[in-house]
Amino acid sequence: MKIMTKAAVMLLVLGTAACTNPDRFAGGAGAGGAGGAGGAGGVGMDGGMAGSVSDPRSPLYFNQTIGDRVLFAVDTSTLTPEGQRILDGQAQWLLTNADYRAVVEGHADEQGTREYNLALGGRRANAVREYLVSRGVPASRLEVISYGKLRPIEICSEESCYAKNRRAVTVLSFSAITS
Amino acid sequence: MIKRFLTLLVALLLAAPVVAQNGPLRLTITDGVIEPITFAAPTFQAENAEATQAANDISRLVAQDLQGSGLFREIPANAFISQVSGFSQPVAFADWRAINAQALVTGAVAVNGGQLTVKFRLYDVFSGQELGGGLQFAGTTAGWRRMGHKVADAVYSRITGEGGYFDSRVVFVGESGPKDNRQMRLGVMDFDGANLQYLTDSSSIVLAPRFSPNGDRVLYTSFESGFPRINVLNVATVGRQQLQTAPGEMAFSPRFSRDGGSIIYSLTNGGNTDIYRSDLASGQFVQLTSAPSIETAPSLSPDGSQIVFESDRSGTQQIYIMSANGGEARRISFGEGRYSTPVWSPRGDLVAFTKQHAGRFHIGVMRTDGSEERLLTASFLDEGPTWSPNGRVIMFSRESQGADGTSAIYSVDISGRNLKAVPVQGAASDPSWGPLQP
Repeated sequence: MKIMTKAAVMLLVLGTAACTNPDRFAGGAGAGGAGGAGGAGGVGMDGGMAGSVSDPRSPLYFNQTIGDRVLFAVDTSTLTPEGQRILDGQAQWLLTNADYRAVVEGHADEQGTREYNLALGGRRANAVREYLVSRGVPASRLEVISYGKLRPIEICSEESCYAKNRRAVTVLSFSAITS
Repeated sequence: MIKRFLTLLVALLLAAPVVAQNGPLRLTITDGVIEPITFAAPTFQAENAEATQAANDISRLVAQDLQGSGLFREIPANAFISQVSGFSQPVAFADWRAINAQALVTGAVAVNGGQLTVKFRLYDVFSGQELGGGLQFAGTTAGWRRMGHKVADAVYSRITGEGGYFDSRVVFVGESGPKDNRQMRLGVMDFDGANLQYLTDSSSIVLAPRFSPNGDRVLYTSFESGFPRINVLNVATVGRQQLQTAPGEMAFSPRFSRDGGSIIYSLTNGGNTDIYRSDLASGQFVQLTSAPSIETAPSLSPDGSQIVFESDRSGTQQIYIMSANGGEARRISFGEGRYSTPVWSPRGDLVAFTKQHAGRFHIGVMRTDGSEERLLTASFLDEGPTWSPNGRVIMFSRESQGADGTSAIYSVDISGRNLKAVPVQGAASDPSWGPLQP
């Protein structure tokens, strides 16, 4: 069973990686769909990441109502009070919806070298993971990755864009299996 | 006839003050202003009819390489007074002196059933001597550019007394698509952008490829597994595999050891990035730094005894040097701004780096004790220097500003002169300059 779990997780991960759209949630496609298709113990998903913004159990509620991302000041990985409030909501949701796992993606703006920004994104993702764990989310349900400056969502070369790119996004994936 | 006479007259007038050359032809590359060596490269002799095109192409390429280095200036063929009628004929030095050509490159090309032979001679025009003996290279007609680069390397080397860099390749990241959905794949090309070949597809992010010391393999960071991992790719077979590293969430920024048998790289765990070394055969690893700060971009000294790397342990990114076995590190960058991506020069005397200051990016060099910092470029975003095999030229990535920003590869002399874009088809970044080819 453990191998199955790993296989399922890998499929989820690969599904995440294969998605080239940096905004995973636009149109409701994304990691969840691939994970569901992976046949994680035969538990399918209805409608992938879809659902209703007003349904507190839906990923859409997590992504949009709670907020799937927190932003950072230049060259820092310190969580702002606003960020902590969002993460409190994320932690609560993850505790309620124990069938979901998450990959926290760290990102940086373009003002920096590729390698340093990869490491900086790693710091940001880890800051979010540590906060979620401190709020009771099992560390085993969380993974981290950094894309550095390689996956901006805003493309202008101004602070208005940079501010949105300095982010850590909590990307949900469905995993009904417990090991 | 009148035209030729005029040309001769003008050339004589021009030549007078420049005949100050004493002793044998030699260009010593210093940091000061360089007066380029003037040369003539009449079209190489075609030894048979099949060789006509190759003879023309190769002599043009030799001239292009030399001129492109910024150290040589070509005398155009329409200024020539005499032609070279045969590879073994005596040279009419007076005619070349008259047009102020300090060096004369002559050659002959033969093509026989797909095989190509190039012979060349280099003359010091003002002393009327041949510089070095005649040399011959053989290869396939398809590889004619390499033959030309080899001739140019020999000329460069005989006149400067240093190794050349023309017969070399560069591995890089080819980019396409908009900024928020950029596709990336590994490519390899000649140093001048020719013979481009892609080594991977664009299905996952690839970063910062690095040649092995002899150019047979390439290390790079790949997101193929879903997370940043270090892969190795065999350039000849294009076969690739993920390398075993120390356990961690992300592994990136790899470089080969000087013997190609191990790698140094960055590993991230719990948000903290440190530098490690792994033996490729056994997978055994050693952690070389252990600080709560970001330590990345390690690069070995040519003798393999030291590592230069970047760290933000002081609060901002700065450059440090430590033993190749880890331990105490000394900071070498103290100027204003942030310093990153240090790369030790093949000659061992300099470290190239990226500097970020006051909203601009620079490529620069400093001595290994941090002295004599020199910024070579300035732009919205320059990063990631890589050294030519002879340590005289640096390539780097330049990204343009704004929503339509794209990456291009540029090169610049370590003197800061001769800045130019490397003509790559499509957008490109993260160059790594390989060794001179055998």
